[in-house]
Amino acid sequence: MRRRTLLQAAALVPFGARVVSAMPAAEPMTPALIEAAKKEGKVSYYNAMDLSVAEPMAKAFEAKYGIKVMVERSGAERVFTRIAQEMAGKIYRADVVNSSDAAHFIAWKREGWLMPFVADDVAKDVSAEMIDPDGLYCTQRIHLSAIAYNTKMIAPADAPKGFLDLLDPKYSGKLVKAHPGYSGTIMTATQQLSRELGWSYFEKLSKQKVLQVQSATDPPKRIEAGERAIAVDGSDYLFWMSKERGQPIEVVQPVEGTPQVSNPMGIFKSTTNPNAAKLLVSWIMSPEGQKFIVDLSGQYPANRQVKQKEGRPALSSIKLLREEPAVVVDKADQIKSQYAKYFKV
Amino acid sequence: MTLRRPDLSQPLMLLVAALLVLMIVLPMGWLVVYSFSDKAGNPTLENFVRLFTDPDFLDPLITTLIIAFSTSAACCVVAAPLGWLVARTDMPLARTFRVLVMASLVTPPFVGAIAWEMLAAPNSGLLNQLWRAVTGAPSDEALFDIYTLTGLIFTIACYTFPYVFILVANSLDRMPGELEDASSMLGAGTWTTARRITIPLAMPTLLAGALIAFLQALNTFGSPAILAIPAGFHTLTTKIWSLFEFPPKVELAAASSLPLLVLTIVLLRVQLLVLGRRGYAVLGGKYGAPRLIRLGKWRIPVATAAMLVLSLPLFLPYAALLNTAFSPVSSQLVTPATFTLRNFYFTFTELSSTMPALKNTLILAALSATLGGLLALLISYIVARQAIRGWKVLGFLATAPLAIPGIVLGVGLFLAYTRPPLTLYGTIWILLIAFITIELPAAYQQFRSAFHAVHPELEEAGRMLGATRLRTLWDITGPLLRASVVATWCFVFVGVIRELSAAVILFTSETKVVAVLIFDLKESGDVGAIAVLSLTIVAITTVVIVIASRLSIGRDAVRLRTIAGG
Repeated sequence: MRRRTLLQAAALVPFGARVVSAMPAAEPMTPALIEAAKKEGKVSYYNAMDLSVAEPMAKAFEAKYGIKVMVERSGAERVFTRIAQEMAGKIYRADVVNSSDAAHFIAWKREGWLMPFVADDVAKDVSAEMIDPDGLYCTQRIHLSAIAYNTKMIAPADAPKGFLDLLDPKYSGKLVKAHPGYSGTIMTATQQLSRELGWSYFEKLSKQKVLQVQSATDPPKRIEAGERAIAVDGSDYLFWMSKERGQPIEVVQPVEGTPQVSNPMGIFKSTTNPNAAKLLVSWIMSPEGQKFIVDLSGQYPANRQVKQKEGRPALSSIKLLREEPAVVVDKADQIKSQYAKYFKV
Repeated sequence: MTLRRPDLSQPLMLLVAALLVLMIVLPMGWLVVYSFSDKAGNPTLENFVRLFTDPDFLDPLITTLIIAFSTSAACCVVAAPLGWLVARTDMPLARTFRVLVMASLVTPPFVGAIAWEMLAAPNSGLLNQLWRAVTGAPSDEALFDIYTLTGLIFTIACYTFPYVFILVANSLDRMPGELEDASSMLGAGTWTTARRITIPLAMPTLLAGALIAFLQALNTFGSPAILAIPAGFHTLTTKIWSLFEFPPKVELAAASSLPLLVLTIVLLRVQLLVLGRRGYAVLGGKYGAPRLIRLGKWRIPVATAAMLVLSLPLFLPYAALLNTAFSPVSSQLVTPATFTLRNFYFTFTELSSTMPALKNTLILAALSATLGGLLALLISYIVARQAIRGWKVLGFLATAPLAIPGIVLGVGLFLAYTRPPLTLYGTIWILLIAFITIELPAAYQQFRSAFHAVHPELEEAGRMLGATRLRTLWDITGPLLRASVVATWCFVFVGVIRELSAAVILFTSETKVVAVLIFDLKESGDVGAIAVLSLTIVAITTVVIVIASRLSIGRDAVRLRTIAGG
């Protein structure tokens, strides 16, 4: 930690000491913290992960520390709305928050709602670009929004290779797609794709009789059920999990590039369970917590002590599209209404 | 009856009036204020200009009207003959049929919509798979597509037709048989009698039923949210709800709510006019039980056809839910090899929202039923005995929520109670207010007709012997009303469990109810857990109703539901 702070300090010298001192000292998981957390006995965890991952993860933490985790899962954009409404109503229930739309943390940082906290493992083993310079949040894991298809409905030879292929009339009526007004994954991906391919791409896509679902966790379930042959987008880890369960699913990394989705996590300043919140974040970011996520879902860990899941492609082997949360934060509303213009909902 | 010393009456009246103002007048007032304000709070008509010119709002408005008209027509076409068959012919299983129609009313409409997705999604729907297996049709052809306007209308009609059916059947039950007898004695055949006597007599009820169906379809939220959005269109209710997305546009939501409110009020006035005419059907003093028309060789085919109709809201959806509950993939029929309890395990041990949501729902249902019932009892007593000055106002306020669609009430309460002095948003109380308000008219109507049956003399006797008014109510009137009390309690309980449209606006993570949880799970596609939760709440509801009917209610519940139509 100290080494990195020094390195950062060196890098940031032109910006003055104020910025450097903003990064709080790393906090280890001391017995005192664990004790205080146990006394609080509970912690809420707002997130946008699929329930099949979020709930077992919460149960694992509960089993280890005896602290009840209240999982509040919805689409990241829904979670964002919910938190805004709750804060406006002075309801301070959100303790730990984890979003698939990294822009949310920029917005919350502007509001001054986040509590500075850097877990020991984060300082040691998470690369600096994943940590907020003020220590208010840090990437917990990364996943992708990939294309996938049901091999019983589309032969691999007929499968699309990329996003533009999806505009082929032969795929009309065969597509399912999630919504950027609900899902942070899709909001992130929509911004990247509209930048790379232009909004005209979405205009054309909307004419393909797309089944419009909400969550990025739903298209994987729809193609598994055989409701549509091809998922235009969706959380890649669920496609893989489905495939690994023996379902006829194949994942496509689009030739134009695959949208990358970082999932930052932070603690709300207004938390009523600060110690339990710190412990939960510390555990999730520890090699043990990260390994739990990787083993269960195969999402890409933030902690470099933990290796990615075997059988999944290395991030470095995929052409990834660049994330721009700083753009999304001011354009989200515009993206949503532009999208609704084409897809009508 | 004159007013004696003002025991507790005046303060009570004030309390009741204050409660009704908080529950109804304040939220609706804010709704109107917001709909004429811009973001900064300055008065403007801009919201309405946008509402009636911007296709984003105009399209949903038109779609909603199409849905309401079609649903209403479809319900009448199906419910009228069925009501006639059950009430006026010797169709076998007529009693069972009535009970099963009631059972389909216990099904929350959004659960029905989800079940119909499992049945009639174009590719994975079980019925479409069956059709392809039987006909050998290619894999991309479908018999039904539930993600269409037609599919949506069909689903809404499935859970609206029971209201029309019950109205029609009850009205035909009460229709004197003598008129028909006279007609046939004068030489008219069965068909002529039906055309000249039965149908004209039943017409006002059918029109009332059509209006009720229209209102239900107009204001429904669950089914369109589940079926219209995947299909790529909005109705007015889903549009209003989408306006709460960040950044919330409450002014537009308020403005979009007003057409629903105004249309509902207008239609209820029309209904009142139509129902007002019904009186002539029961003139004529004593009358005999209607003579049943013999169906002869048609008995079995007709009964079969009737049961087939019931398979649409009842048998097929529950079969689909059961299949999904025990199956690893909802689109595959469960076999002994694939049978799994995984969904139950997940819902009850892993899903951390299940227990809090069940708890919230049951507490809210029981509280709403108890407190709402008490309030309705009090108001109907005051109105029936004209006990206090201003009783008319109370009666009006108690019926007014009929004209407030659930989602509109949700928006109104949100606007009224996210601000001081009463910041109720985020508490369970705001949901309690919403649920009591929604159920109040039905409960009130039920007690009103019950009070008409209890002669004031009995109470006068109690009062003359020195008991206070409340004491009399407790000792004399109360026991006489027991059946109505139990029936009303049950009705409100069931209504709260079915309620989604106001709850979806008002819930916070701490106050989630099962309906909202199911809706959440729907958006992330977790149908296994949905099936388990739906079956659980339907089971709980059924148990509550069975216990309550043991407490002596019988057929009152049937009549009660009819009142609740609006």
